[in-house]
Amino acid sequence: MEAAASYVKDGDDLRDTELRLGLPGTEAPEKPAAPSTRGSKRALQEDGDMESRAKSRPLEVDCGEAPAAKTQIVGWPPIRSYRRNSFPPRKVEAEAEAEAAGLYVKVSMDGAPYLRKIDLKVYKGYKELREAIDNMFKCFTQGEVSRKEGCSSGSESAITYEDKDGDLMLVGDVPWEMFISSCRRLRIMKGCEVRGLRTRQYS
Amino acid sequence: MTYFPEEVVEHIFDFLSSHRDRNIVSTVCKAWYRVERLSRRIVFVGNCYAVRPGRVMARFPGMKCLSVKGKPHFADFNLVPHDWGGFALPWIEAAARGCPGLEELRLKRMVVSDESLELLARSFPNFKALVLVSCEGFTTDGLAAIATHCRGLRELDLQENEVEDHGRQWLSCFPDSCTSLESLNFACLKGEVNAGALERLVARCVNLRSLKLNRAISVESLARILARTPHLVELGTGSFTVEHRAEAYQRLIHAFRKCKSLKSLSGFWDVAPRCLQSIYSICPNLTVLNLSYAPAIQGADLVKLIRHCFKLQKLWVLDCIGDKGLAVVASTCQELQELRVFPSDIYGTGTAAVTEEGLVAISSGCSKLNSLLYFCHQMTNAALITVAKNCPHFTRFRLCILDPGKPDPDTNQPLDEGFGAIVRSCKDLRRLSLSGLLTDKVFLYIGEYAARLEMLSIAFAGDSDKGMVYVLNGCKNLRKLEIRDSPFGDAALLVNVGKYETMRSLWMSSCDVTLGGCKALAAKMPRLNVEVINDRDESDEMEENPSDMHKVEKMYVYRTLAGARNDAPEFVEIL
Repeated sequence: MEAAASYVKDGDDLRDTELRLGLPGTEAPEKPAAPSTRGSKRALQEDGDMESRAKSRPLEVDCGEAPAAKTQIVGWPPIRSYRRNSFPPRKVEAEAEAEAAGLYVKVSMDGAPYLRKIDLKVYKGYKELREAIDNMFKCFTQGEVSRKEGCSSGSESAITYEDKDGDLMLVGDVPWEMFISSCRRLRIMKGCEVRGLRTRQYS
Repeated sequence: MTYFPEEVVEHIFDFLSSHRDRNIVSTVCKAWYRVERLSRRIVFVGNCYAVRPGRVMARFPGMKCLSVKGKPHFADFNLVPHDWGGFALPWIEAAARGCPGLEELRLKRMVVSDESLELLARSFPNFKALVLVSCEGFTTDGLAAIATHCRGLRELDLQENEVEDHGRQWLSCFPDSCTSLESLNFACLKGEVNAGALERLVARCVNLRSLKLNRAISVESLARILARTPHLVELGTGSFTVEHRAEAYQRLIHAFRKCKSLKSLSGFWDVAPRCLQSIYSICPNLTVLNLSYAPAIQGADLVKLIRHCFKLQKLWVLDCIGDKGLAVVASTCQELQELRVFPSDIYGTGTAAVTEEGLVAISSGCSKLNSLLYFCHQMTNAALITVAKNCPHFTRFRLCILDPGKPDPDTNQPLDEGFGAIVRSCKDLRRLSLSGLLTDKVFLYIGEYAARLEMLSIAFAGDSDKGMVYVLNGCKNLRKLEIRDSPFGDAALLVNVGKYETMRSLWMSSCDVTLGGCKALAAKMPRLNVEVINDRDESDEMEENPSDMHKVEKMYVYRTLAGARNDAPEFVEIL
């Protein structure tokens, strides 16, 4: 509809044969020119026409685009380079987002049909974490997961986690703060694999 | 008056504090010129290329304090190529020859080499104060020379300079006999400093009132320093990263409680919100607070802090304070005179932090507000009109709407009426920066009403030459005009050429001025330097003889007695 009309308006026959991503009949968005190229020394001016400048303002093009696509204008906003270089604002934002969002990790139990997800930030320590996991997976277990060292007397299950290096670790070895900063997912192990873990632990 | 003995005239001139007044009396007659020039102690040179250094020294042999400014203001925003000029060395050399009694030197936006600092350190036996603002070109070796040789140094104030780090030993170069420091600011240095040497230095400088540390200074060190300097009036903290349960933090709180004279705080580079509690005891005495380098403090914590600061006169803050936070400032800080709100999210990817609401709130609570720098996502005419009514005392009003050319979001109109209200209401307005969608009309208002305006900054504004003409013909006190990305061309440039001799400078970049227009201006006005600055990556590709119709990318025009400067780089053409 709209896209087809603009095809005709442009009168650019070669567009039909141009290879591009997207379904036929859709227009791929034009990338705005980067300010460092020669052609666009005047911030984002598409044509050098004085009249058109009077009517169109730079960056009106951005209305529909995602903010990340906004082109940078040299020297704008007008803040001193010293201040600009003093802190990278984007990084701080990402960190702040992570702070607010919580630390959600997947929890799987061997043999259970589905996984759960918990926010590690909510718990103050290992005791609370184990209690919460007990509650979550109560319906799948006969006995309880033991409180000590993740090893149980009855059903032989252990809570393990995958750390940021990808290694499988036993929950409870490191201080809580270190644990929540390195834990990527939790896994409740059952049966003979647990015995294997325990043997390795004492060897 | 000329029948009075010279000593009496000189004594009368002592009461003239402003440079302008002294400049005026020196033009009355030869006798007054002579008395004035021999008695002038403080000399201010607003443009280092307007006059030769030697001439200044010859005219004012008794000079004790010299201030010189170099690059044009838009250099702050990377619009002036790196090697454009503004060298401090010729000034220091001339002063060493002509005014060896120099005591204070203040330089802004200049290129200062280690060589010039070394010369400075050795040439002036009574040297007391060095202030460098937004300068570059030196390293910590230059600072070492100052520390080593300037006996009796009272002030070393480095503000927002680009300094290359050549090691931490410079601070240890202050001899043990140095006890005279009253003000030390090295916040802009990136490298480490010998903490022990610093602590010993501040301990023996009993008159130290202002201390601004850099980011490398730990909280532990800060606590020890504060314990030795309980009479500090101004403090710039270091990184302020500390676990709030740590012992150092407790010692810090204790030290802050002892500092009963603290009136100004800045720094807080990496402070965790919880640690702000440590300064609650000082807040009721604070008149100046600069939190603009502390992005980790969000609105709610800022607000908790500011609620304690009811004597605040000057506040610099990031826009994460939000409109709600500004409302708290408005209700708490009745004495506020200066507010600066900086953007924390420069690339506009986040949610709007402050809008016109925050500014309106401030204006209704802080009736003494006279200086504003406000970065925001949007502004309305209605808001500006309200602000103009609430705060008629603005002397500096700088508004930056982050999205260039953005109209009033409620009415989709340009912001002409809003800014018009500001210039009509604020009769003492000296400095104005515009932004948002603006037509020629705003310049009609400015030309008509802004009688005291001295500096005007224009970006992405106006429709035609008429805009610039209104300003040139209207603002009789205009000293600095800087314009970027606006449709003003040769007709506007040449309409009132005599005006530029009454001004310090004119900057135009990405406008419609042509080479031919610049040449015409230069031909008509021999006492102006008309500099055409080409972007360096273009200068190789430019034709040997560009036509006069060619639009000039950057032009800098300034009045001068010194003629064309001889230190211009090859990408600068002086017509």
